[in-house]
Amino acid sequence: MATFDEPGYYDPDELVQIQRHPPVTPWMETPVDFRPGTFIYPGKPKNLHVLGLPHPHEWAVTDADWKLPQGWQQIILDGMAERLSRYRSFQLFMDICVRCGACADKCHFFIGSGDPKNMPVLRAELLRSIYRKDFTALGKVFGKLAGGRPLTEDVIKEWFYYFYQCTECRRCSVFCPYGIDTAEITMMGRELLGLLGLYVNWVIEPVANCYRFGNHLGIQPHGMVDTLEFMAGDIEEATGITVDLPINKKGAEILFFTPSGDFVADPGIYTCMAYMLLFHELGIDYTWSTYASDGGNFGLFTSHETMKRLNAKIYAEAKRLGVKWILGGECGHMWRVVHQYMNTMNGPADFLEVPTSPVTGTVFEHARSAKTVHIMEFLADVIKHGKLPLDPARNDHIRVTFHDSCNPARGMGILEEPRYVLRNVCNHFYEMPENTIREQTFCCGGGAGLGTDENMEMRLRGGLPRGNAVRYVQERYGVNQLAAMCAIDRATLVTVCDYWAPGVNVTGISELVANATVFRGEKRRTHNLRLEPIPGMADELADADAVLETRGEVGAHA
Amino acid sequence: MTMLIAVGLVTALFLVGMLGAAAGLQWVFGVALPYLAVGMFVIGLAARVLRWANVPVPFRIPTTCGQQRSLAWIRPQRLENPPDTPSVIGRMALEILGFRSLLRNTKTVMIDGRRLTYATDLALWAGAIVMHWAMLIALIRHLRLMTNPVPGFVTLVERFDGFFEVGMPVIYLTSVAFLGALAYLLYRRLAIPEVRYISLVGDYFPLFLLLAIGGSGFWLRHVTTTDIASVKALVLGLTHFAPTVPASISPLFFGHLFLVSVLLAYFPFSKLLHMPGVFLSPTRNLANTTRISRHVNPWDYPVKVHTYAEYEDELRDKMIGAGLPVEKD
Amino acid sequence: MRDRTGIILGLGAFLLILAYPVWQALGSTADPARPALQRSVDPSGCVEDTTYMVARHQDLLNTWRTDVVRDGRRFYPATSGKEYEMSLTGTCMGCHTDSQAFCERCHAYADVTITCWSCHVAPEGL
Repeated sequence: MATFDEPGYYDPDELVQIQRHPPVTPWMETPVDFRPGTFIYPGKPKNLHVLGLPHPHEWAVTDADWKLPQGWQQIILDGMAERLSRYRSFQLFMDICVRCGACADKCHFFIGSGDPKNMPVLRAELLRSIYRKDFTALGKVFGKLAGGRPLTEDVIKEWFYYFYQCTECRRCSVFCPYGIDTAEITMMGRELLGLLGLYVNWVIEPVANCYRFGNHLGIQPHGMVDTLEFMAGDIEEATGITVDLPINKKGAEILFFTPSGDFVADPGIYTCMAYMLLFHELGIDYTWSTYASDGGNFGLFTSHETMKRLNAKIYAEAKRLGVKWILGGECGHMWRVVHQYMNTMNGPADFLEVPTSPVTGTVFEHARSAKTVHIMEFLADVIKHGKLPLDPARNDHIRVTFHDSCNPARGMGILEEPRYVLRNVCNHFYEMPENTIREQTFCCGGGAGLGTDENMEMRLRGGLPRGNAVRYVQERYGVNQLAAMCAIDRATLVTVCDYWAPGVNVTGISELVANATVFRGEKRRTHNLRLEPIPGMADELADADAVLETRGEVGAHA
Repeated sequence: MTMLIAVGLVTALFLVGMLGAAAGLQWVFGVALPYLAVGMFVIGLAARVLRWANVPVPFRIPTTCGQQRSLAWIRPQRLENPPDTPSVIGRMALEILGFRSLLRNTKTVMIDGRRLTYATDLALWAGAIVMHWAMLIALIRHLRLMTNPVPGFVTLVERFDGFFEVGMPVIYLTSVAFLGALAYLLYRRLAIPEVRYISLVGDYFPLFLLLAIGGSGFWLRHVTTTDIASVKALVLGLTHFAPTVPASISPLFFGHLFLVSVLLAYFPFSKLLHMPGVFLSPTRNLANTTRISRHVNPWDYPVKVHTYAEYEDELRDKMIGAGLPVEKD
Repeated sequence: MRDRTGIILGLGAFLLILAYPVWQALGSTADPARPALQRSVDPSGCVEDTTYMVARHQDLLNTWRTDVVRDGRRFYPATSGKEYEMSLTGTCMGCHTDSQAFCERCHAYADVTITCWSCHVAPEGL
């Protein structure tokens, strides 16, 4: 019998019966229903202690009393006042929403759940109602008539539930006539909850790990060496190539960093192996770092300050190792941080050089200040210059579609580079419907720290629009693989695809590149990086075996 | 319920203006309150915009809606993902003049109980853009009552607006468009369950206020006309700071004027602030250049980080054991 | 903040444009009061009372035109009981003899185009 934290617990036919009509009670009078499968467990005090965060305490979401600290209302109001004076986005987004509702059916959680408080507008109103009551003239005088409401413990519970039902994907902000960005609202909401010691453990434990050990999983340096060595072994088995493992290497030209999820989780590990192979093939002088062993930054899902604290290690390590520039792997939220925050938070990186490809000589002018280049920008340039011998036929058994990850799409705009790479390494590439890709892409449903199993119902609901689009290309074009350049996608979309479009696997783009590359000194390639036989190539081998067998020379080629 | 409160408020305000003037308070509704309202509008608006201006933009967070500028051979979508200031101006112009983002609007519908579809849905865009442009043109037309002599462009706008010369006096296209678009916006607020669910008094009130202003204006021009030259004399008295109240103006006009005064005074305290606000939205008015040039956070402060030295101190033995180089032996 | 100056300039520009009627008034020598009109040559009064005529003469003229041109009726029974011939040039301009000094002044003030003279000949005074 499946339990609520397993997909099998939920019947897809039931889950798509979505009640789109709002309840009869006004939203301010509709309390939160903490149903298992739709909320995330509280942050453990030990993790708050590691980070020195205020008010660590034991509590449970389903408790009536959340043991809020003394004077918590004032803490929240002071916290709001401080943020209103620091972030124009927050102040402006509190003031200017006209509640036109254009954002409503743009949110994957609203589409998948029908819960009106998952409409971006109403998610923001959860905060805005308090803002109006305590910070605006009309609200102070007219109270509820002006859309205000008092700050009660139920409001805090509601915030906790709904600000951890937003993946900060920014899709609503594309459609808003004023660009109101719910990611900003959610970030503020989570920061305010944090002031009361309220976090979810799925976010705050990785943050504590990352702070102490450099990566979210808490992999220690020797563990990282083991992990990479293990991958190098698999690489050798698949290709016959022995790759270098430069770790913490001073004086290397490039510091490479990527989300730590790709060190341990299938299918992310294949993408990680692909990096090593490709750097080997291209002869790049690079290094891994155990200190800066995670590009991902769950600080983005915690607070601006935490984001900065975790991100600081990247430039610091680049400086310590004396590299020239930084290359970042396939990741979603990591690139939001790297592209939109890192240079401001922890720059200037004037000790680095303007990134220049050692393979093609291309100067990456668009990264001349932050000195950090995306692996897809790098590989697109390499492929454009014909520096990578490719045989896309090796991926002919794959019919691939591409999932734009939210952050690189809407917080960066890296849309063509991955597509260019994909088209060069796969002969069968099919786009999902246009309202579900590029800047309109749908979230996997598990970003921003929501990808934990106790949140399974919301993940499946939030993943519905994406899963539906995948199923569409699966039925129409026979798509059997979904490429995504995001470690969270590679973890959560596996579940989403298995549930909504069974039969579609998830892969990183680099993995497909490595599988299509004809490496120097490779042995006869019969298996891909997953050590699965490559149809066609394995058959050829089987044919060869058959021929040899007739001659009585079985195994002679081995 | 929220809607009825708004209807009641607007009706009451209109009657107050009309009956007040009829009862001999023309100076109050024709001079004192319009001055007060304009003052509240100007000061309130300036105060709010200055408040926004004084709040920093710590991070550069444009919502990118198209291809970035990266490699030389990949064409950037400059108006969707601006790589420089001219492109930002273009993006903002499209947003402010053409309501670009609403133009993307889709309607999500589940068909056959299993397939999600996203159909283009331009009704909201059409309603919004018609309402706003019609209001701007109507405002410009009203300059004929506020200026002396009337500038040529005002007459020109009037001529185009009354191009079809239907009715006596000519019915302006924008009068009809304004009222029609407002009626649609009200209709969708009531008819779409989700939008109705989120609507506050503050959402219905401006709609009914504008409907009442437009409606009373239409009535004054086409049904119960008043002595327009006296109206102009009243308005010019205000702009010359030499107020007069001519006797022959109908109370209906004072109802109309009072609602306009209410709108002006209410503006800086309401969602109508989206008008100046749209110019300042950080997700729209910033270029996507964080990697090209460093954006400075004015309130940046040092944070506690876990340094490499602390990291190595804790893990040195394990690093040495794994054959990794260390700074201190 | 680098953009503060820009925002203040923008706000200033907006308010300046908004205040156009005021600064036009400040620099203008034109009389803001409604223009004085040439009196009727017949002091016994118009077809209807002055308040009505000021606000609604356009409706009256419009009705007259329809009655005469389309329906062939020639006489207008006024509220006072008196009958007038429905004729712009005969009845109206018989008393208001100068269109420039009577019609145009007020119409220019209110910026309303008169369409009468596209068919009728405008009297220019005696």
